[in-house]
Amino acid sequence: MVKFSVEALDIWFGKTQALKHVTMSVREKEILSVIGPSNSGKTSFLRMLNRFNEENPEFRMSGVVSMDGRDVRKIDRETLRRKIGMVFALPLPLPLSIFDNVAYGPRMHGERDNRRVAQIVERSLKQAFIWDEVKDRLHESAFKLSGGQQQRLCIGRTLAVGPEVILFDEPCSGLDPISTAKVEETMMILKKDYTIILVTNNVKQAARVGDRTAFFLSGELVELDATDKMFTAPSDKRTDDYIRGKFG
Amino acid sequence: MSKHPLRTQKIAFFLLLVATLLIVVPVGLIVVVIIQKGWPAVNWQFLSEMPRQGMRAGGIFPAIVGTLYLVTGAILFALPIGLLAAVYLSEYAKDNILTRSIKLAIVNLAGVPSVVYGLFGLALFVVFFKFGASILSGSLTLGIMILPLIITASREALEAVPYSFREVSLSLGASKWQTIRHIVLPNAIPGIITGTILGLGRAAGETAPILFTVAAFYLPRLPQSVFDQAMALPYHLYVISTQVPNVDEKVRYGTALVLLSMVLFMNLVAIIIRYRFRKKKKW
Ligand SMILES: Nc1ncnc2c1ncn2[C@@H]1O[C@H](COP(=O)(O)OP(=O)(O)OP(=O)(O)O)[C@@H](O)[C@H]1O
Ligand SMILES: [Mg+2]
Repeated sequence: MVKFSVEALDIWFGKTQALKHVTMSVREKEILSVIGPSNSGKTSFLRMLNRFNEENPEFRMSGVVSMDGRDVRKIDRETLRRKIGMVFALPLPLPLSIFDNVAYGPRMHGERDNRRVAQIVERSLKQAFIWDEVKDRLHESAFKLSGGQQQRLCIGRTLAVGPEVILFDEPCSGLDPISTAKVEETMMILKKDYTIILVTNNVKQAARVGDRTAFFLSGELVELDATDKMFTAPSDKRTDDYIRGKFG
Repeated sequence: MSKHPLRTQKIAFFLLLVATLLIVVPVGLIVVVIIQKGWPAVNWQFLSEMPRQGMRAGGIFPAIVGTLYLVTGAILFALPIGLLAAVYLSEYAKDNILTRSIKLAIVNLAGVPSVVYGLFGLALFVVFFKFGASILSGSLTLGIMILPLIITASREALEAVPYSFREVSLSLGASKWQTIRHIVLPNAIPGIITGTILGLGRAAGETAPILFTVAAFYLPRLPQSVFDQAMALPYHLYVISTQVPNVDEKVRYGTALVLLSMVLFMNLVAIIIRYRFRKKKKW
């Protein structure tokens, strides 16, 4: 099943073209790793899916991005973003308590019943494997958690909205190896229920986690293939150079 | 470079110290003189009684009340409008020439002399809207005077809230207004309050804007409605210092001391609020 399909997508920020004629699709309940050097358009690609680029007044595009066969621009932003969660590069707790961070999404979508909110919070934090570490301090500021805990809290907060897709934009770039391993483990388990797109600067992480991998270079999609195939026998010379660490 | 870095440093330090003292000493002196000469006049009767004997004796109660009314009216008018304008300008307005010129105009309006606001208030509220010289006209005039201050302070406070918080909120499917209402505004409140209180202080202290729009020379009773004239501290001070002969120096300095205390008190509250919120600030 195709979750997203992207057709002939070109996008610009002012005069810089950030994506060049990208055509590809993302399958339901796969983990798609997206790799590529800095400024290759990985973040720009991710932000096409939840219409985040449109917040930028300089942004222009041509082509089509669709989710479940519907042009995302025909879905209103709030609805679309309830279906597509996003976890950012740095852990970004809101300046609220741990509990209120997770409750924020459901509350904004009209959940008034405090018991149900508490259930959602507990379930989401369990899914993000952080419940045991925070269950006794739910009403402390989220900033008191360690970086790795904050990032798993952010994953829990995303899950609380009940998305179908989760976008991760270099979620481990600010984390130590142990926290990174925990986040990766979380993603592997979430894969059963969610479509996951993981942008990463870390080629090894892409190889460990991804079912398929997409390689971007200067805004072009160079190659998209099963991760095993891509890392053993890439069909493009540039992919080979990149995963061997020859540039970027 | 100098051959004697240490000596150069000492000289520079000395000059900086002198410059600082040049500013601090006169201000400190003014405060000391006002307290010294005014303190003997300030007692409960002075604060709570009507003026007597052509304002040469008795208290300044109606002027205190008048100033409180005016300041309250000015804030009731300027805070909601200023805050809405600030939210519009920093969150919604597209960044184009029109928006930029509006922002520039607002910043410059803060520097317009207060007597100009007085004339404007006279023409618009007193004459055109026929509110007459009244608390309403005076409050609106003061409100307009402090609007730029409130808008600028609020905009700065709103823009100081990290953009990433807004992105997080939007990424969770919150609407733009929900994001402003639940994330941006709560985190901007300390800055907004500080700006508002500084505006209050300015409104309490100015004479020129109330001169033509509300201030009564001598009105030995309290105003009954917003269409009444009122006495006010800065104007009262002006009157007893220049218009009424033979006013005891004590009374004049006492009035100045009360006005100064009110303004300093408001600034102090602003500082405390800012400090308390900064300690609570979590990013
Ligand atoms: N908001 C923006 N305004 C202007 N140009 C932008 C903006 N966002 C991205 N770009 C440009 O688009 C191109 C792609 O950037 P993008 O952030 O997608 O790269 P990336 O692959 O995510 O890089 P990184 O690994 O550093 O995160 C770059 O040339 C960048 O300068
Ligand atoms: Mg990026």
